[in-house]
Amino acid sequence: MNVRGVWALYSFEMQRTWRTLWQSIVTPVITTVLYFVVFGSAIGSRMEDIGGVDYGAFIVPGLMMLSLLTQSISNASFAIYFPKFTGTVYEMLSAPMSPSELVMGYVGAAATKSIMLGLIILATANLFVDVRIEYPLAMIVFLVLTAITFSMFGFIIGIWADGFEQLSFIPMLIVTPLTFLGGAFYSINMLPDLWRTISLFNPVVYLVSGFRWSFYGEGDVSIGLSLGITAIFLLTCLGAIIWIFRTGYRLKE
Amino acid sequence: MQPIISISNLSKIYDGGVKALDSVDLEIRPGEIFALLGPNGAGKTTLISAVCGIVTPTSGTMAAGGYDVIRDYKKARKMIGLVPQEISTDTFETVWATVNFSRGLFGKPRDATYIEQLLKDLSLWDKRDAKIMELSGGMKRRVMIAKALSHEPDILFLDEPTAGVDVELRRNMWNLVRGLRERGVTIILTTHYIEEAEEMADRVGVIRGGEIIVVEETVAIMRKLGKRQLTLTLTDAMDAVPDSLAEWELELADEGHQLVYTFDANDESTGIPSLLRTMSDLGIGFADLDTSKSSLEDIFVGLVHEEPAPEEETAA
Repeated sequence: MNVRGVWALYSFEMQRTWRTLWQSIVTPVITTVLYFVVFGSAIGSRMEDIGGVDYGAFIVPGLMMLSLLTQSISNASFAIYFPKFTGTVYEMLSAPMSPSELVMGYVGAAATKSIMLGLIILATANLFVDVRIEYPLAMIVFLVLTAITFSMFGFIIGIWADGFEQLSFIPMLIVTPLTFLGGAFYSINMLPDLWRTISLFNPVVYLVSGFRWSFYGEGDVSIGLSLGITAIFLLTCLGAIIWIFRTGYRLKE
Repeated sequence: MQPIISISNLSKIYDGGVKALDSVDLEIRPGEIFALLGPNGAGKTTLISAVCGIVTPTSGTMAAGGYDVIRDYKKARKMIGLVPQEISTDTFETVWATVNFSRGLFGKPRDATYIEQLLKDLSLWDKRDAKIMELSGGMKRRVMIAKALSHEPDILFLDEPTAGVDVELRRNMWNLVRGLRERGVTIILTTHYIEEAEEMADRVGVIRGGEIIVVEETVAIMRKLGKRQLTLTLTDAMDAVPDSLAEWELELADEGHQLVYTFDANDESTGIPSLLRTMSDLGIGFADLDTSKSSLEDIFVGLVHEEPAPEEETAA
């Protein structure tokens, strides 16, 4: 295994985070703080507890998940799209790196950034509300699995994208709405039956639910189902990436 | 001698149906400078890209240093450095960071001393902390060479290395390439500057329509295909070449003020003495004479514009 190659790629991507600190970390944190101010303090103070959890604290896992999904996708998609755009991807393709090593470097760095961001949001949330974590290990597992899965998803988008607008198309027009409608700010059990049933077709429901379970011991669906759906999505992304490298789709002619 | 690069029956047909490479066979000797010449779209870059792993070939085999480029791609690629035609750099990175990154990507441990020497050799040391976006085009090209050499490759592909580079820098690059060859690096370059190939290459290959049509020692190809010309500046202009000079197939130039005789320099008899004698007998005087030999460029132009042989003849 080309460990030095993976490390070089990983470090190179992480360096970009420090160089673009404002864009990579500070902006999402400010956005999240605004969510807390609006939904947690302004509106949340007038809301009832949900399942015995204060509304401000209830939305913390959902907000973390929202940032985790969008940032994982945008970090990984940009990381692979930018070399394609500038032409420097030739170096990755001609280097003695296997597809799995390239994915480790890119996805590893994108997931690391998202996890860091998630933890920063958690720390920020603690300044506003009292957050408790009942199952810290499960929380870390969900955090890491989701970050890796959606970084792989972002990697696929970055390879598929033909232009910068396509990079933001899926996070903005698909993932963000699905997260908002996936119980980030409410429990789907609060919805009428029809809408609850429809919501169950939204995969993000299972991610938010499982993540919230690790915080408060309760979720909209069972923890097993949440883990299962996350694992299926992870394996689907992995399969797509294997196919991309086997066929050279939009990477090699 | 075992070739350091061995390409056999290599073909590439792009999705749109364009046949970029057609059953290419080519062997590159260790330590040589090989120039691949060909017009735009001939398949030069596709050939290089296939060996380097950027393009997936449709059929055929390739080996670098004895390692199959597809099966043992890691071992093969470790031996290869590539400077692509387009200037593609990490605009926001510093020279130092991007060159070290390339070295790491190829699995080499950090070696600040080697990178320092490399940047000094390429006159980039003073710019090591500059962002690539701040550099001139020529410097960016040198950064790309530094990146390609950062992992100490045995084989270096230079795809149009001096395109858009000023004369002084071009000369510097030629010196650099010669220096690399002295250190044992095998260099394969594509170029539009025939003068470059003539000046540096041990052997040249000409590719046309995806087929290698000639591979020859540079000196030998010049000798084999090179023509010489004798230009006689006449004392009195003439309207047409006299019939008695027909056997020399002379051409009139400069509105009848010059007679041009093209001959094969390798022929035992050039025909010049008899031509001059006959002209003297006819009372045709000349004020000056000049001889010139065809450059590799003339040979190249002749080759790429030659009509391909009919298929049945080729097959035969």
